[in-house]
Amino acid sequence: MTVEQADMKLDGNAIGGLLAEIFNMEMTTAEGTCGGCGAVNAVGRVDVYVNAPGTVVRCPACGNVLMRIVHGRGRYWIDMSGIRTLELVEPA
Amino acid sequence: MARGTVLGRLGWRIGEVAGITAETPKVSSIAIDVPDWPGHLAGQHVDVRLSAEDGYQAQRSYSIASAPEDRRVTITVERLDDGEVSPYLVGELRDMDKIELRGPIGGFFVWRAPGDRPLLLIAGGSGVVPLMAMIRHRAAAHDRTPVRLLYSSRSFEDVIYREELERLAAADPSLDVRHTLTRSHPDGWRGYARRLDRQMIDDAAWPAQPAPAVFICGPTSFVEAAASLLVDHGYDPGWIKTERFGATGG
Repeated sequence: MTVEQADMKLDGNAIGGLLAEIFNMEMTTAEGTCGGCGAVNAVGRVDVYVNAPGTVVRCPACGNVLMRIVHGRGRYWIDMSGIRTLELVEPA
Repeated sequence: MARGTVLGRLGWRIGEVAGITAETPKVSSIAIDVPDWPGHLAGQHVDVRLSAEDGYQAQRSYSIASAPEDRRVTITVERLDDGEVSPYLVGELRDMDKIELRGPIGGFFVWRAPGDRPLLLIAGGSGVVPLMAMIRHRAAAHDRTPVRLLYSSRSFEDVIYREELERLAAADPSLDVRHTLTRSHPDGWRGYARRLDRQMIDDAAWPAQPAPAVFICGPTSFVEAAASLLVDHGYDPGWIKTERFGATGG
């Protein structure tokens, strides 16, 4: 991977706003379990690529695609097939 | 619940620019009055949206630089010459202009005073911004959590907040600021003058007991290098929180 490609990788902090639009909650502290390897990570720790035609979220442990989000024409398409569970903290 | 953690519906707000400060030739801080701002935590960010007359919109995330104790929300922006948003914010934007933003966003990369563990902050370039919010918050809260900032910049002129950091460190022995300059340095420079390396991490790292809290922010490759050096040093990855900014076009 070139330096330029490596620098395309962001983390879950970068999509805090996008996820809050969808879930209407603070999501970077939510914990997801990877459907591939079972690793548990806060959304703030996952790998995020925003340069694809959409947002691609990958497991930092195994690279499995956790989530794909496409937003356009007034709709969101969300593929969460790579996430086994998502644990959210209830807002007080 | 602490102020700033309840998000509610994340709506766009119109703020008014209340002051622009040039930090370096390419970096400016923009203080914004935001009506009904719900408050924020150190380390959170805002999304800024620009709209053209034809309806085209461009949106970027910027870390909040100001302490939660500040009345105004300040962002610090680096102008990327091929960017879509930053050349407007640093160069075109003027006092009293309106600016559209939403937030605060994020709950992972945040620090709250009073701290209960020594704090290690590692910044690459404009990655210093959210860490500065933590340093300012700590100062405003009169917190004396021991903190070390290891801060990598290209040159002396590129060091953001240089004078404020000097001033804060001079007044507070528990704040330790260490610079490294990677491209050029002035004569008589007493800081480091090379890229972040193992020796620097070994010098700056707190002992592993009690477990320190670590925040690293900068370009992706910088953040990953710093985090992996800390793990090699014996730190638990769970102590380390990172925030990467990549080549997103500013």
